[in-house]
Amino acid sequence: MNYGTKMASGIEPGAELLRIENISLSFGGVKALTDVSFDIQRGEVRAIIGPNGAGKSSMLNVINGFYHPQVGEVWYCGEKRKGIKPHQIAHQGIARTFQNIALFKGMSTLDNIMTGRSTHMSANMLSQAIWRGAAEKEEIKNRRYVEEIIDFLEIQSIRKTPVGRLPYGLQKRVELGRALAAEPVLLLLDEPMAGMNVEEKEDMSRFILDVQSEFGTTIAIIEHDMGVVMDISDRLVVLDYGKKIGDGTPEEIRNNQAVIDAYLGVPHE
Amino acid sequence: MFYRQAGDFKTTYRDDIQTFPLKQDRWGYYIVLAIAFLVVPFFINDYWTSAVMLPFLIYAIASLGLNILTGYCGQVSLGTGGFLAVGAYACYKIMTAFPDLNIFIVVLLSGVITAAVGMLFGIPSLRIKGFYLAVATLAAQFFLVWLFNKVPWFYNNSASGQISAPERSMFGFAVTGPNADAPVRYLFCLTFLVLLAWVARNLTRGRLGRSWMAIRDMDIAAEIIGVNPLKSKLSAFAVSSFFIGVAGALFFSVYLGAVEVGEAFGITQSFLVLFMIIIGGLGSIFGSFAGAAFLVLVPVLLKNIMVNWLGWPTDIAVHIEFMVVGGLIVLFLIAEPHGLAQLWRLAKDKFLLWPFPH
Repeated sequence: MNYGTKMASGIEPGAELLRIENISLSFGGVKALTDVSFDIQRGEVRAIIGPNGAGKSSMLNVINGFYHPQVGEVWYCGEKRKGIKPHQIAHQGIARTFQNIALFKGMSTLDNIMTGRSTHMSANMLSQAIWRGAAEKEEIKNRRYVEEIIDFLEIQSIRKTPVGRLPYGLQKRVELGRALAAEPVLLLLDEPMAGMNVEEKEDMSRFILDVQSEFGTTIAIIEHDMGVVMDISDRLVVLDYGKKIGDGTPEEIRNNQAVIDAYLGVPHE
Repeated sequence: MFYRQAGDFKTTYRDDIQTFPLKQDRWGYYIVLAIAFLVVPFFINDYWTSAVMLPFLIYAIASLGLNILTGYCGQVSLGTGGFLAVGAYACYKIMTAFPDLNIFIVVLLSGVITAAVGMLFGIPSLRIKGFYLAVATLAAQFFLVWLFNKVPWFYNNSASGQISAPERSMFGFAVTGPNADAPVRYLFCLTFLVLLAWVARNLTRGRLGRSWMAIRDMDIAAEIIGVNPLKSKLSAFAVSSFFIGVAGALFFSVYLGAVEVGEAFGITQSFLVLFMIIIGGLGSIFGSFAGAAFLVLVPVLLKNIMVNWLGWPTDIAVHIEFMVVGGLIVLFLIAEPHGLAQLWRLAKDKFLLWPFPH
């Protein structure tokens, strides 16, 4: 159990895990997000959708502390977040994958996923230099967990392959593995199915739902494939030009006129 | 056929993460160690020690250090010469201030001091990357050399501006000074190299090493996964400078005996060590050894061929040597950008399948 798991241990499934309050973010004159508020409940799959440039990725970047909004507050586990760095947020139990794969290309699959365990490892430099003893024990303990993830994602055969050599679909899977290795409380997925064929999308959807049910992880997902999003998410937020235009269950979103107009398209008479 | 993986099963993770997972590699390593420690000292003479073995051992330590910083952590440094100088001068100051202190500890302390200086000059890396960082470390190179020239305290006000190593011994054998025997000097440096290579391997295979490589490959993703960039970059600078400081201390006290900072630790040293790790292989422990061996041995070999064997005049030989070594470096970078370590890896892969590649 690391710091993030402890921090969220008081939050029951269904209770509010993260709350975004009146966030506004701009880069110079460009407004990326305007007065956006929503919450994420523990244990749900929360989708963030919207047309290109709607501010979805910026939203994720705000959640994991990469962007600092000019206005608004982020509440996580009942605490208001004050200017902390992305790596500290990782220690609070938030992990993510990226829209464009951001794996460590020179390292093997195993090393990539092991890096995801860094928030669970604490052997100091001296004991790592000596290796035998504390550092080795810690390495083996975490390796055991990583092997479970490798099993779960069915990537045993590429364990020691440098990730730069893997095909796109597998790289996406390794990246998911790296995020899962952190045992996150909240997992942010930025277009995990972009560029995949139907079969790969099915696999990925299965992994996401399994993660939710097996590990009880809360998931926030950005995805363009409406069929997939409506199927796997419990609730959705719809953004358009940096503003929130819809929030609710898939059923509500389907019937939301503003969303239909802005995003799903007005049916032609 | 003789060298193979088949049948070498691992049943524990501990077996799987060892340095030499293949039994044959492991035995090869033990044999090399045994020869280096038990056989070579009996056959080594002054020429071999001074011309080949000591430079190789010491540059291998420096290459390991720079490889940790540049190869593993991706922070390009051109300050190696300056950090070698810090190691040398720290060694000299400690030797003269505490004459009774064991030389082994003196060398380690020189490394620690260099680590502190290295961390100081590593602070810009938190803001700048790539070429710009290289230029910032270049400033370290020139500043440090200037400092050791300018402030007489560093060379104890000696008239020549040189520092020279007094005699210090270990277990009754002189290690430094004019009376040190070749085998003793060799063994002293070899011990440091083996110890530090072991440490480098341990650091690079664990959490710290992975955080370095993560910073090298994709710093933003590393930070979001929970790697603290400040800690990993500064630790890389510290460890790297520790290695280079030890190399500098040995370079001064055991190898040369007396140095003048501008001559011994100029910018050419920085480039030499950088070439070693590029030719040997960035991000590889073996590569550090291979690169150091290559750039130490090839000039000696060429000189022996041209001067002793063909009887050419020395000055011509030196110039041809420059051209040949330079040409070889270019050739290497074109043919195998990942260095000798990659060649070695490919050769091993081929050999694993030999003689039935299909």
